[in-house]
Amino acid sequence: MIAILIRRIASLIITLLVVSLLIFVVMDLLPGDPASVMLGTSASPETLAALQKQLGLDQPLPVRYLAWLAGVFRGDLGQSYTYGVPVAGLMAERLAVTLPLALMAVVMSVGLAIPLGVAAARRRNGVVDHLIGLVSYIGIAVPAFWVGLLLIIAFSTMLGWMPAGGFPGWDAGVFEGLKALVLPAVALALPQAGVLTRVARTAVIEVMGEDFVRTARAKGLSESLAVWRHAVPNALVPVVTMLGMQFTFLIAGAVLVENVFNLPGLGRLAYQALSQRDLIVMQDVVLFFAALVIVVNFLVDLAYLAIDPRLRTAV
Amino acid sequence: MRSTGILGALSRRMLIGGAVVLGMAASFSTNALAAPKTGAVIGMAVEPGGLDPTIGAQVMIGQVTWQNIFEGLTTIDKAGKVQPQLAESWTISPDGLTYTFKLRQGVTFHNGVAFDSSVAKFTIDRARGADSANPQKRYFASIASVETPDPATLILTLSRPTGSLLYWLGWPASVMVEPKSAADNKVTPVGTGPFKFVNWAKGSKVDLAKNPDYWNKAVSVKLDTASFRFIGDPQAQAAALKAGDVDAFPEFGAPELVKSFEGDKKLSTVIGNTELKVVAGMNNTRKPFSDKKVRQALMMAVDRATVVEGAWSGYGTPIGSHYTPNDRGYKDLTGTWPYDAAKAKALLAEAGYPNGFSFTMKAPQMAYAQRSSQILQAMFAEIGVTMNIETTEFPAKWVADVLKAADYDMTIVAHAEPMDIDIYARDPYYFNYKNPAFNDLLAKVEATSDAAEQDKLYGEAQTILANDVPALFLFVMPKLGIWDAKLKGLWENEPIPSNVLTEVHWEE
Repeated sequence: MIAILIRRIASLIITLLVVSLLIFVVMDLLPGDPASVMLGTSASPETLAALQKQLGLDQPLPVRYLAWLAGVFRGDLGQSYTYGVPVAGLMAERLAVTLPLALMAVVMSVGLAIPLGVAAARRRNGVVDHLIGLVSYIGIAVPAFWVGLLLIIAFSTMLGWMPAGGFPGWDAGVFEGLKALVLPAVALALPQAGVLTRVARTAVIEVMGEDFVRTARAKGLSESLAVWRHAVPNALVPVVTMLGMQFTFLIAGAVLVENVFNLPGLGRLAYQALSQRDLIVMQDVVLFFAALVIVVNFLVDLAYLAIDPRLRTAV
Repeated sequence: MRSTGILGALSRRMLIGGAVVLGMAASFSTNALAAPKTGAVIGMAVEPGGLDPTIGAQVMIGQVTWQNIFEGLTTIDKAGKVQPQLAESWTISPDGLTYTFKLRQGVTFHNGVAFDSSVAKFTIDRARGADSANPQKRYFASIASVETPDPATLILTLSRPTGSLLYWLGWPASVMVEPKSAADNKVTPVGTGPFKFVNWAKGSKVDLAKNPDYWNKAVSVKLDTASFRFIGDPQAQAAALKAGDVDAFPEFGAPELVKSFEGDKKLSTVIGNTELKVVAGMNNTRKPFSDKKVRQALMMAVDRATVVEGAWSGYGTPIGSHYTPNDRGYKDLTGTWPYDAAKAKALLAEAGYPNGFSFTMKAPQMAYAQRSSQILQAMFAEIGVTMNIETTEFPAKWVADVLKAADYDMTIVAHAEPMDIDIYARDPYYFNYKNPAFNDLLAKVEATSDAAEQDKLYGEAQTILANDVPALFLFVMPKLGIWDAKLKGLWENEPIPSNVLTEVHWEE
């Protein structure tokens, strides 16, 4: 068990190093540089050279890479070229939006998907199953940003219940902050919930055919108890797997949804940094996302161990 | 039972997740909302990168800070005219080489530092120095020396007459900054203007508050607070306006949505002019665009009214040269090469291309550029010219490929800088247009400080461009202003990219 953990952590670190190099090289290959974006259409070549020197962009690639990496190890993510402030602080501000958003979306999608999936599985091929199937397929088919636009039209423009976008900041109050995140979280959660519902349904159907569920019924448990206490927990492995895989889509979706709802989150920061060629911010954000995906996958593996004790003894 | 344990663990994890959200939220203090009607929320499509107009070229920097936080020796009023500001008055020597400014006394920066001639000298030397990153450094190139005989006097000695100097000193890139705070202006701008910088929630908004010690007692600033909120998506902009989250969008992003505001009594739609000239630049040294007749033929193949209709829902004014109706000495030259496909085809044959030719348009991703390109493509097809559209990411890739490398056939972009007809005299510049007669005219504009003479020369310069067609001159972008009907005092036109809040107020 410990040996597995150590091996996994070592490979995690190596993966991150390789990813960091890839990110750096890809960012450098992008056409355009931050200095010329900042100076616009009127600047002379001398002015451009002066600014590049001030930003440290005149250094060769390996020097810049090592300086960045050394900084990351020390916890210094560098200074944003466009904003002129430390990237770490910039990312922390943005995480205070994206993290609650992602958590809300995960909670919503799991909260929707498991009851729906179980309900569909229990009334397999019945009207309820087909109805849930239809709704979940629609959820899968429509992109999150479009759901977001519809939600804005319905709840902000027409009903006026919710802000149309933007984020008042947590200093405007917890309630105001959470309120601004509800619609975007729904937009993010619905497509996820669609996928998870399908997976949960299939998994529960499969488990319900197993001997131990029959035994549970045979010993006199009610159908509900048999399903919720025996079938559902054993059907969780594929659901958690899917949740881990969907996490990547959640991040990608956050970039779009944050743009639609005008939320100052990490996804929007990445998008802005890309268009401004704020390379250092791009590198840090992408590295963070990569680390997040790798760590989440690692945690999913750990979750298997928690859910399925048989895996704990396997090498 | 193990299985319940797992469910329990799962819900525990959810609980922890919820607790994290609440804990994070609770750790921020709560603030009372500002009293209504003495504050205004202004919407902008793009957030500026940095808030120092003296080191960044983006028009958004000026749109937040110019005249609100920062002021210059001179300023530019809503009619586009030069007015005194931190310089009370000035005299120009007869040879046009010495400018003596009398500086305003009793002006302080937001951090308490007094404005005087040493500050003005610092600002100008910083902008023209060797390691200056000022985007308009060229405007200071003719300044040979800066003297400060006393705190209220500033003398600029020029190496050559510069007729546009006073105008350029009014630009966002020329605003006064003081030595102590200059390095941090990018993040925490400190100026002399009617509003102080309060906070920048990056990615979201910039907050300003009224400067109680503002020097100019002749104006009464009505707003106590002002926020610039950044909303990129046009649908989201419209939703924010309709929901009242934003009081004004002075430059609304989607002309096709403007009609949807009609009939909304709460909002008023105000359509003005900008300085954004949409032109399809051609590589004047690359065949076949090196042939003037080809460029003229392409210009005749274009029906500007259709371009304006298709690209910007009919809002926008056609132009015949690189000049807008806002600009001094404007001439309407749209009739120089009026739309006539048959004549265009004949001229193309005369130039040696009876069967047309094909080329690539590098079009930025912005809606106006993409839509204009598609319309141009159809119009060129009518005279047998095939245009392939290659979308080129703006600004980064466009700046690298088109502006710096001039590796393109044709491109399309809106030039934002006011009175920038001189770009056709720059060498190198991406048009690769070279006409000594045109360069001479612009040199003459700088050599004189007689306004009437300058206007006449600008007229001649416009005529040369209209004839030579170094770029297809299409239209001026409108300023699609949509704001709360009770909000008054915003500028209708935009002779210089800005959102001047000095006179903004709420009607009772």
